[in-house]
Amino acid sequence: MRARRRRSRLVWDAIGLLLFLVIAFPVYWMIASAFKPDDELNGLTPTWFSLHPTLSHFRDAINKPFFWDGVKNSLIVVSVTVALSMVLAFLAAVALAKFRFTGRKAFIVLIIGIQMLPQAGLIIPLYVVLARYHQVNALSGVIVTYMTFVLPFSVWVLRGFLLGIPKELEEAAMVDGSSRLGAFSRILLPLVAPGLVATSIFAFITTWNEYIFARVLLNDQSKQTATVWLSYFYGTSRNTDWGGLMAGSTLIAIPVIVFFLIVQRKIGFGLTAGAVRG
Amino acid sequence: MTSSEIPGGTAYAAEAAIRPRRRRPFTFARLLRASAPYLLILPVVAVIAAILGYPLYYLARLSFQKYGLFELIAHHGTSVGWANYSSVLHDHVFWQVLVRTIVFTIANVALTIGIGTLLALLLTKVSSVVRILLTAGLVLAWSMPPVVAVQVWVWMTNTENGVLNYALTNLHVGDYAQHDWYASSFSQLSLTTSLVVWGAIPFVVVTVYAGLSQVSHELVEAAEIDGARAWRVFKDVTFPIVKPIFLILTSLSIIWDFGVFTQPFLLIDQTRINASNELMGIYLYEEGYVKTDFGRGAAISILMLLIVSVLSIFYVRKMVRTGDEAA
Repeated sequence: MRARRRRSRLVWDAIGLLLFLVIAFPVYWMIASAFKPDDELNGLTPTWFSLHPTLSHFRDAINKPFFWDGVKNSLIVVSVTVALSMVLAFLAAVALAKFRFTGRKAFIVLIIGIQMLPQAGLIIPLYVVLARYHQVNALSGVIVTYMTFVLPFSVWVLRGFLLGIPKELEEAAMVDGSSRLGAFSRILLPLVAPGLVATSIFAFITTWNEYIFARVLLNDQSKQTATVWLSYFYGTSRNTDWGGLMAGSTLIAIPVIVFFLIVQRKIGFGLTAGAVRG
Repeated sequence: MTSSEIPGGTAYAAEAAIRPRRRRPFTFARLLRASAPYLLILPVVAVIAAILGYPLYYLARLSFQKYGLFELIAHHGTSVGWANYSSVLHDHVFWQVLVRTIVFTIANVALTIGIGTLLALLLTKVSSVVRILLTAGLVLAWSMPPVVAVQVWVWMTNTENGVLNYALTNLHVGDYAQHDWYASSFSQLSLTTSLVVWGAIPFVVVTVYAGLSQVSHELVEAAEIDGARAWRVFKDVTFPIVKPIFLILTSLSIIWDFGVFTQPFLLIDQTRINASNELMGIYLYEEGYVKTDFGRGAAISILMLLIVSVLSIFYVRKMVRTGDEAA
């Protein structure tokens, strides 16, 4: 019985390893290709592991026109969106987690419902309305657009973190003579800080990855974000500089991968529901 | 979706009634206390109303107007009644796209949930080393930005020397040398499916695995001792416990896959996009934005939003219920 069990575990392990290879392969292939010299990239037989790695594709990618503009624009859009969203979302999350008020349920419906709106369906109205207020081709237009998507899930996730804080702690602080505000800032804020960090990272990832609105709302190449820059890398023909494309892809994926590994442990069900996906 | 009935509202009222009522003087502090939650949610509501509410209202108006490039510059459309809707509903391409999107959604959701569940079950069977490795691989796939993943797919599937053609040929699946994956609509959409499913599986695996770890070992073992086969154990013991998770995952996946845009748009490539491979999101983008017929595009958007709202009612209700339990 035990021997049979061990044998069946070996079979499962083998299947697991095989699936690991299949799932992780695209990521490996991107990074491996970014370091390969051109003759290995263009050969008919793929080189699985390059013995002559080169950094030249990374040099090409970052020297390609508008790479730094894209990175700079992405960083501006991401940091402003995340900073503003966190402040506003935290306030609303406090309201949801600590108060019971008329209209609370309507607010929850709003928060959940917005996350279900297909973004493609909002291209036209946002484009037309933002064009009207001269916010097309301006980073500010993209920032406010992103905020409407980052806010709902941030409120929802932060609310979850706030609920995890025992009421007794907050009450103890108030008994000690602190005002409600004092209790919030001295007791609640440090406790909720990890939640704020995790939520910010999720917001960072969604905003950094966003493509449709950046593509539609920003026309000038110097105004484009990093993902739009990458999407134009091969232009219209597929006679592509594969090494450069993979180096550019790697550079744009790295911040997300790093942040993802940081928050990975915090991936709980409530946290991710409706929040982060491609 | 009305907010007329609050579950547990009666219990809350009863609790308030039992609590001794003291007459407290009206003070500024009390007013502040009562208005605090509204002040706290005000900024979020204001931003959403301005950036989403107003455009949605505008969208509804646009859908009844002739609104092209000229009108965009003039900031003024001409009312055409239901003309945009009737034009869309009489366009056979719209119906083709709708059917294609539904089929695409069903295939993607079934594959995502199916493969995701099998992987989650596999995670419970493997040794801890393999489990960590597999989880790491899933997190890597999860963390790839969609635009980046598209580029990797384009590179892996290129006709001349893509690694996919090489691997399939050398694994003796068939002769895939110089095989063009972008030659037919079916092939293009299958490729898109592989990309979408690959990106979506990690979320499903992590969620289902978390749910499975709540199923007690004793229960499963008892069923096994009773002679139940693996499938019976899953169907009668494990599945009922994780069923709520499946319902949520399935409805979320339906909503996401129905509205998918970035992956097919970039993978199929704009030069190849046409009436034979468009999905709803892309159809809407091409008809409304590219052809600068915003009025007609608005009508398509409204139809798409209506379809998705119907699809998402279940999920929203479920989440609202969880949200209301707290506090």
